[in-house]
Amino acid sequence: MQFQFANQGLAWSDAYFLAQGLLNTVRLAAAATLVGTLAGIVLGWLRTVSMTVRIATAPFIDILRSVPMIIQLILANSLLSILGFGTSPFWFGTVALGAWMSAVTAEVVRASLLSVPVQYRKSARSLGMNGYQELLYISMPLAFRTGLAPWIGLVLSLIKDSALAGVVGYIEYMRSTQILITRTHETWLLLMGAGLFYFLICYPVSRYSRHLERKVRV
Amino acid sequence: MIRISNVQKAFGSVIVLKGIDLTVEKGELVCLIGASGSGKSTLLQCINGLEPIQGGEILVDGISVHDPKTDINKLRSKLGIVFQQYNAFPHLTALENVALAPRVVSKRSRAVARALAQKHLEHVGLGDKGDSLPSQLSGGQQQRLAIARALAMEPSYMLFDEVTSALDPELVGEVLETMRLLKSEGMTMVVVTHDINFARESADRVAFLCQGEVCEIGTAEEVIDNPRKEQTQKFLRRENRKPLEIVRSSVA
Amino acid sequence: MIGMNGYQFYWSIVWDSLPLLLAGAWVTIQITILAFIIGTLIAMPMAVARQQGEGWAYRFSTWWVELSRNTPAVFQLYLFYFGLGAFHINIPSYAAVLISVSFNNAGYMTEIFRGGLNAIPRQQLSASRSLGMTSPQSFIHVIFPQMFKVIFLAYVTQGIWGMLNTSFGMLVGLQELSGATQYAQSASFRTFEFFLVTALIYYLIAKGLQFSSHLAFRLIYRS
Repeated sequence: MQFQFANQGLAWSDAYFLAQGLLNTVRLAAAATLVGTLAGIVLGWLRTVSMTVRIATAPFIDILRSVPMIIQLILANSLLSILGFGTSPFWFGTVALGAWMSAVTAEVVRASLLSVPVQYRKSARSLGMNGYQELLYISMPLAFRTGLAPWIGLVLSLIKDSALAGVVGYIEYMRSTQILITRTHETWLLLMGAGLFYFLICYPVSRYSRHLERKVRV
Repeated sequence: MIRISNVQKAFGSVIVLKGIDLTVEKGELVCLIGASGSGKSTLLQCINGLEPIQGGEILVDGISVHDPKTDINKLRSKLGIVFQQYNAFPHLTALENVALAPRVVSKRSRAVARALAQKHLEHVGLGDKGDSLPSQLSGGQQQRLAIARALAMEPSYMLFDEVTSALDPELVGEVLETMRLLKSEGMTMVVVTHDINFARESADRVAFLCQGEVCEIGTAEEVIDNPRKEQTQKFLRRENRKPLEIVRSSVA
Repeated sequence: MIGMNGYQFYWSIVWDSLPLLLAGAWVTIQITILAFIIGTLIAMPMAVARQQGEGWAYRFSTWWVELSRNTPAVFQLYLFYFGLGAFHINIPSYAAVLISVSFNNAGYMTEIFRGGLNAIPRQQLSASRSLGMTSPQSFIHVIFPQMFKVIFLAYVTQGIWGMLNTSFGMLVGLQELSGATQYAQSASFRTFEFFLVTALIYYLIAKGLQFSSHLAFRLIYRS
C-alpha cells in the first residue's frame, strides 16, 4: 500500500464507523424480514389454496433457493438500475433479501397450513364459520405455532446473508469491518468483533428457536 | 324437520350412498347403526353440507342444504355436529373454544359470547374448566367440550358422529350421560353409533344402514329386538358376540 | 435485443465468455463436492460426540457447531483467508474457500446427523456390539447406513447450501463461477447479462446435484 495512511491504527472515529455498519445491518435485516415475511405469508397461503398459483410460482421459489445470494444481490442491483428504480444500495439489498425471504417463508407458511389437522378445519366450518373466518381463527393460529421456529431460522439466515450486501455497495457491519481491516491491518481484533456481533445476535435466538421447536413437538 | 330424499354420494368411483330416504321429526332422537363403511358417518356429514352429494336432496327446515344459493354457514349454525376425534381447538381454552363461533359467526359481543360459553360449559358439567386448555382435559371432557361448543350456536339439531368410539371405555359414560340430558331437554338429534345399548335405551327410532341404503327403520324394539331383515339380524348377532368392553369402546 | 428504459441488452459478449464461465463452474463443482465429502467425514464423528453430552469431544464439536451456524459463512471465509494471512500464513483463495465451506458444512451436517442418530433405536447399537463388532464398526456398518436414509433430504439440501457458499470465492479473488463472471464482466460492464447467465448455470448445477444424489440414493437403498 502506497497511501500515506496505510497501516494507520484504529482510531476512536472508527468505533462510530462500525456502529453505523451495525445499524445498517439491523436496518437491512429488519426491512427485508418485514417485506419478505408479509409477501411470504400471502404467497404461502395462495400456494395452499390455488393449484394455479402453486404451479405458476414454483419456479420463482425454486430459483431463489438455488442461486447464491451474492448473485441475487448483483442481479437486483443491475436490474433495478436498468429499470430506473432507484440507486440506493439499501433498496437493492432489501429487494434481494426480501425476495429470498418471501420464497422461503412461503414454503414454511404452506407446510404449516397443511399441517393443521383437517378435523379442526371441519369443526370450524361445522360451526358456521366461512373459509376466511376459519383461516383467521383456526388455521392461522395453529400454523403459527408450527411455523414460528422454522421462520426464526429463516430470519437468522437472512441476518447472516445480509453480510453479503457489501457487494452492492451497502456498508453493513461485515463490509465496514472489511474496510477497516484493509486500512488498519488490525485483522484479528476486527474479525473477532464481527464474529462476536453476529454470534451474539444469532446464538440466543437459535437457542430460543430450538426451545420452541421442542415445545411444539411435545 | 330434516328431510333426506334419495341422497346419492360417491367418493370417486366408490358409491357410498345409493339413494337414502330418511326423515327426522322435531324433538326426535334417531340412531343410525350399521357396519363400518355402511355410509352412516358420510350421511351425517352430508346433512350439514361438509360433504357434497351427487344426487337427491336434503332439506333442513325446508331449506336445501346443497343448493348453491343457500347460505350454508347460516344453515350450519342450526346444525351442531360432534365428531369422533375430539377436536377441541388446541390453541384456545375451553371457554374460548365455546365462545369463538358465537363471537365471529353470530357477531355477539365478547362479553355476551363468554357468558354464553360459560352457560353451555356448565350445561355439560365443565363449568369449572373454562380456563383449561384441551390438552389438560380428558378425552371424555374434550368430547363434552365439543358438545358445548356446538350447543353455543343454539342449534335446532345436533348430529353426533361416533362420538364415543375414540374414548377409553371408562370415559364413555359421561358423554352418553350428556347426550341423554340433551334428549331429555327435547333436542332433535341424529346419532351415528355402534353402541347398541345406547340406541335401545334412548332412540325414538333406529335406522339400520347397509351398503349405502336404509335397510330397516323403526322403533328400537322393532329394529333391534325384532329385526325382520336378514342383514340386520346378521349385523346384530355380530355386535352381540363382541364382549361388552369392546362394544362399549367401539361405540359408534 | 430488447430495449428497456433505453437500455440495450447485449448477449453475444456473454456467449464469447462462456468457456471462461464454464471453467469457473468446474471449480465451483470441484469445491462443492470436496467440501461435501470433507464436511461429511468431519461431521460423522462430531455427531457421535454431540450425542455423548459430555467430555472434551462433545465440547469441541459443540463449539464448532455453534460457531459455524451462528456466524455468516462469509465471516468464516474471511477468518481463514484474512485471519490466517495476518499471521503470515498465506493460503491460496482456493484452499480458503474449500476450508471455510467444509467448516460450515461440517457444522450443519453434525446437527443433521445428530437428528438422524436420534431416530435410530438404541438397540441397533447394542445388537451390533453383541455380535462382536467394535464401536466404530457398528457405526460404520449398522448405524450410519440407517442414519443417511433418514436424513437424506436435509443432507442433500446442505450440500446445495455448500455449493451456494462457494460463490464467496468471488470476494477473495477465486475464479470459481461467481469470480469468473465478475472477472469476465468487468471489461464490458454488462453486469446483468453476465450474472443472469451465471444464475442459470448455478440453477443447473443445483438441479444436477439434486438429481444425481437422488439417483445415488435409489441405487444405494434400492428403493
